[in-house]
Amino acid sequence: MHLDDLAEQAATIRARDAETAHEIRVCMAASCQSSGSGQVLDALRAGVEPQSSSCRVKGVGCMGLCSAGPLVAVAAPGDTLNASRLYRDVTPADAPAILDNLGKPDPIERLHCPTDQPFFTAQHRIVLEHSGQIDPDSLDDAIAVGGYSALVHALTELTPGEVIREITTSGLRGRGGGGYPTGLKWSTVAKMPGPQKYIVCNADEGDPGAFMDRAVLESDPHRVIEGMAIAAYAVGASKGYVYVRAEYPLAVERLTNAIRKAKRAGFLGSQIADTQFSFEIELRLGAGAFVCGEETALMASIQGLRGQPRPRPPYPAEAGLWGCPTLINNVETFANIAPIVREGGAWFAALGTEGSKGTKVFALAGTIVNTGLIEVPMGTRLAHIIEVIGGGIPGGGRVKAVQTGGPSGGCIPRAHLDTPVDYDSLKGLGTIMGSGGMIVMDERSSMVDVARYFMEFCMTESCGKCVPCRTGTQQMHALLERIAAAEAGRAELALLEELCEVVQATSLCGLGQTAPNPVLSTLRYFRDEYESRLVD
Amino acid sequence: MPGPASQPKVRVVTFRVDDQDLSAREDETLIEVCREHRIPIPSLCYLEGLSVWGGCRLCMVEIVGQPRLAAACSTRVIEGMEVRTDTERLRRYRRILVELLFAERAHVCSVCVSNGHCELQTLAQRCGVDHMRMPRRPVSYPVDSSHEMFRLDHDRCILCTRCVRVCDEIEGAHTWDVMGRGSDCRVITDMAQPWAESETCTSCGKCVQVCPTGALVKQGTSVGEMVKDQHFLPILARRRQPR
Repeated sequence: MHLDDLAEQAATIRARDAETAHEIRVCMAASCQSSGSGQVLDALRAGVEPQSSSCRVKGVGCMGLCSAGPLVAVAAPGDTLNASRLYRDVTPADAPAILDNLGKPDPIERLHCPTDQPFFTAQHRIVLEHSGQIDPDSLDDAIAVGGYSALVHALTELTPGEVIREITTSGLRGRGGGGYPTGLKWSTVAKMPGPQKYIVCNADEGDPGAFMDRAVLESDPHRVIEGMAIAAYAVGASKGYVYVRAEYPLAVERLTNAIRKAKRAGFLGSQIADTQFSFEIELRLGAGAFVCGEETALMASIQGLRGQPRPRPPYPAEAGLWGCPTLINNVETFANIAPIVREGGAWFAALGTEGSKGTKVFALAGTIVNTGLIEVPMGTRLAHIIEVIGGGIPGGGRVKAVQTGGPSGGCIPRAHLDTPVDYDSLKGLGTIMGSGGMIVMDERSSMVDVARYFMEFCMTESCGKCVPCRTGTQQMHALLERIAAAEAGRAELALLEELCEVVQATSLCGLGQTAPNPVLSTLRYFRDEYESRLVD
Repeated sequence: MPGPASQPKVRVVTFRVDDQDLSAREDETLIEVCREHRIPIPSLCYLEGLSVWGGCRLCMVEIVGQPRLAAACSTRVIEGMEVRTDTERLRRYRRILVELLFAERAHVCSVCVSNGHCELQTLAQRCGVDHMRMPRRPVSYPVDSSHEMFRLDHDRCILCTRCVRVCDEIEGAHTWDVMGRGSDCRVITDMAQPWAESETCTSCGKCVQVCPTGALVKQGTSVGEMVKDQHFLPILARRRQPR
């Protein structure tokens, strides 16, 4: 397939869509579905004649403002989310009113959710650029907005080395939490000799309060498939796995669907775009172990073994799946690939900060007005995210701390909210970027309870392989229980700190090494809360 | 006349361990070299002849210029590396790790058949663990005495998985495996059924011999009577290497 053929196909689809005057988009991502968007979609469809030339009703992916769901957007075909007329908290009973209002100059006041508010305008969407606009189950929708054009461009006009150079120039770093330079990882795998290499997409998102990868997979699965295929071409792999947790049934369904359609259209399979390049993708479902998000445990699980980490080196790039060189990236990393190949690495590198390029998707949760999914340039100040985009604390309360990085991360106190969000600044504050969970807490939250909650999570999710993580988290949790219940003394707090040090220094994998972080960071900024509960 | 033997591809490197100059093949691990030169490095999961597990974390050492500690069992030697195996920090960490193991299950030496011949007990003495600062985890598991020759006591198990590995790698039966998560992990026979009902167990007893504690023992032994013999393992492993 020539790039021009694909462009022509996209133009045909767009022209066909443009024959319809109005497009009603109903969010069918998991969170809006849980508040009843499925019934809203049915009610709207029932009100429109099947072959209506003036209006088309379709289910789309996440629009971001999950707290206002179910969300319904009325737009002209091809309009972005911000250019649409958005309705919030829609019920099936509102369907006739929405249909009546089509083409009228003013929106329905009681349902209207203005898209000129900062939640929408202050974002910069690259990964989520088509999320909430296209039907995730439609390959045509994906092609209409440029889907697979980066893949065909790479296959027909770039060498693998040139693709890697663009990724390296872009400065993209792994979005799963570690922040390892993606270009470096790709070139390492590309340079490894061997006839068989693998691509793995890590979709085992497990941090409490994080749902970025789920939203991407539910909203724009073709973008992830395209990113994986480009990666496979760049490093010389012919087989890919998406390791997705079984707790995401909707993401699994849409991904399965997307893989099938991409294969039928010739974007996966053998001789893609009439080149010599062949690539297959298979899904593997995780059975609910947090540790399987760790790359060596994830690979063991794909191979059908017990999901446990192993010592590194050898790194997956050298000896991964079945001992072959393997490239593992996270969902969001793969979702960034197509735009980089399309627009060039320099375009991406112009966004963000010195050490952290591009944008980052965050899942805003906790005590905040606008909970949902946002995407901002790296280097955006935390205060801007929470106060402007997030709308602050409900009822005008004050932020006490922001938790980032899930059970491997830490709490940032209000005094440091001016910090720009990038890998290095967050590390300096004793937390990590992590995969993008951001939990906002107001002054009613107890930091000892926060630490105890995350320690309980790490304790129950420890795989049990190494002694410090298996038994250390259990002892630390017991100590935190005693401190929270005001039964512990100074010696126990000292023991807790010593255990933190040992578990951090001696654990086998990242889960154990970072398990003490929530305790260490709350001790660093909120030590008085611990000390006020001691009995001696 | 035969030509010269082809040169092996593996190089030999020199490095320092605790101010002692050593040389080793570059595919050897630190613990192998240290054991060869009688430099004591504690470990409960490592056993010569079995694959590396890296679970007990007692063999952690410091490598000069490297911020993180390294597990000697899973770290290969590198030319010029400088290793410290016995610093104050490492001794403190080892003491706590042993203490953590004692607190995890009901390790009561005075009534154990392995008393006096137990690797965990010996290590505790060497590391100076003479009292416990942590409460014992209040959980107990049933003993499996179903096998006519052997007995399994989970309360004395440290989950080193030597039994799992020897059964899989040396005996080739793979009767043992691990179930559960975190501190609730347990070694199991077949699909977690009583040992006597295992269809794969050959009753060879290798698991009992490699077990470092009193978790796997012979039936009919009394306090302190269970002495284990692990000499067979490196010999078997060597004889199986391709010549």
